[in-house]
Amino acid sequence: MPTDAPPPDGPAPVEVAPRARPAYAAPARLWRALDRHRPPGVDVVDRAWRSPVRGPWLTSVLGAVLLATLPLVIVTGLLDWIAYGPRFDQAFPRDVGWLHPPVFDWPTRPAWLFRLTQGLHVTLGIVLVPVVLAKLWSVVPKLFAWPPARSVAQVLERLSLLLLVGGILFQSVTGLLNVQYAYLFGFDFYTAHWYGAWIFTAALVTHVAIKLPRMVTALRGPGFARTPVGRTAPEPADPDGLVARRPGPATMSRRGVLALAGGGALLLAALTVGQSVDALRRTALLLPRSRRVDDGPTGFPVNRTAAAAGVTADRTGPGWRLSLRAGDRTVTLDRAGLLALPQHTATLPIACVEGWSTSQTWTGVRLRDLAALVGAADPAAARVRSLERSGLFHRATLHGGQVTDPDALLALRVNGVDLSPDHGFPARVVVPALPGVHCTKWVEEIVFDG
Amino acid sequence: MADLRRAYGAAAWHLLLTVGCLAVAGWVALRLAGEPTAGRILLWFVGAAVVHDLVLFPAYAVADRALGRAGRSLRNHVRVPAYASALLFLVYLPGVLGLGDGTYAAATGLAPEPLLGRWLALSAGFFAVSALLYAARRLRRS
Repeated sequence: MPTDAPPPDGPAPVEVAPRARPAYAAPARLWRALDRHRPPGVDVVDRAWRSPVRGPWLTSVLGAVLLATLPLVIVTGLLDWIAYGPRFDQAFPRDVGWLHPPVFDWPTRPAWLFRLTQGLHVTLGIVLVPVVLAKLWSVVPKLFAWPPARSVAQVLERLSLLLLVGGILFQSVTGLLNVQYAYLFGFDFYTAHWYGAWIFTAALVTHVAIKLPRMVTALRGPGFARTPVGRTAPEPADPDGLVARRPGPATMSRRGVLALAGGGALLLAALTVGQSVDALRRTALLLPRSRRVDDGPTGFPVNRTAAAAGVTADRTGPGWRLSLRAGDRTVTLDRAGLLALPQHTATLPIACVEGWSTSQTWTGVRLRDLAALVGAADPAAARVRSLERSGLFHRATLHGGQVTDPDALLALRVNGVDLSPDHGFPARVVVPALPGVHCTKWVEEIVFDG
Repeated sequence: MADLRRAYGAAAWHLLLTVGCLAVAGWVALRLAGEPTAGRILLWFVGAAVVHDLVLFPAYAVADRALGRAGRSLRNHVRVPAYASALLFLVYLPGVLGLGDGTYAAATGLAPEPLLGRWLALSAGFFAVSALLYAARRLRRS
């Protein structure tokens, strides 16, 4: 970024006074020896930093933006795990030891709740990439500073920074690959993203606690938000060594750098929100969920095809039966029998953990009416099983509130036509605010518990 | 307390925080140690930081410095569209390069669509707009 050979105009390069050497903590002899034995190259690198805009102010502005936004990504990620229903052992990873957030039954209202939380998690995660990269750019000279530490405190802090930087990059990369269906990493996404999040969160809390006073001081000091490139000059040397020792002339103002990061974020937002807003779907030009299957009423995006699930036409044809059970009562219905029951229509979103969502108008039988058929007026839970035999989501458990919600359906039709095979024909579950993978398709059995 | 500060190099709460943070990471490492893919997870975690710091950053810094030979007024007109194009490539890389192993088709019921053309078109658009703005500025100045 801003580096340059001397241009004809603009301010002349300024030599910033060398920083005062901080004292060495124990064991002082070790740190002093380290400082004295400078590996080849470190002085070259130290003098090579040119950008005059690096400094506490720019780093603090970027830090403040991330401090305001990253907690949202972290919290929505945790909410996603809770929405999966850890009480029924169906949140991944299953066994999380003592890093167990407080668990509650995921509500069914507002119906767009999961659409919002998961859409925010994925979209914000993507949108923040340029801000994270700019923040890393603003502090990168510290990585090459010599000596790497002058105290045990600095050694520990640098280790925590490796966890911070490794953490945010790991979370971004695994998340980006997951939402784009490129499982190049070869490990379980849920496990890695979950534990990566905890490492990153711990490192973020540590970093914020240590650096917050610095950030506040820098933001309270003279600002540079209005300084044009012609008057852009380096800040005075700072104790963290962010300001270049031999800065070049400015080729971009600080507000220019911020506009670049912010503009990048807006560009990514414009190319990502289409995954979550039906009317804008085609604008997600470079993402997998910019496409409809076709223009018909069942052409909205599919999460798992009948072929991939191994659900064949002979099992969903006239021979298909739905079995309802509660205690020792069992009722079996065919599709005509279901269509003869009172039908209810609701417009509800299907929202995927990968961040995309779509709102459609579903028609079918209320789950609570099905429960009543087998004498379970107020069930505590319902275990739904699909014709699909394998796969992580061939069955799902719903809690009582999800069964009895007036819009919780066993949908038979969508947008006025029969479900298509890929959308779960002959029958699928649709419940307000329920994660998409638990809206089980090709349902063959529902067991209502107590 | 002052002794600790002098010996350690920071206040006691600093020690508490950093040790706490490393303890969380250590606990996670212990939990994952039994996973058959633990080595790969560690490789991607450390690799992400190494690739950013020692490959991505030097690459764009060198490219930017090479731009320094262009005139100052032209420079940002190359820099900004190149940045936008590179950012999209980086973020949407799996789609642009068509990576993946059939998961896409199984999930969506659609054949993967090559997005390289779209990315090239967007990039061309960025450079074209920037070139137009540059030309307009030059015209206004002369």
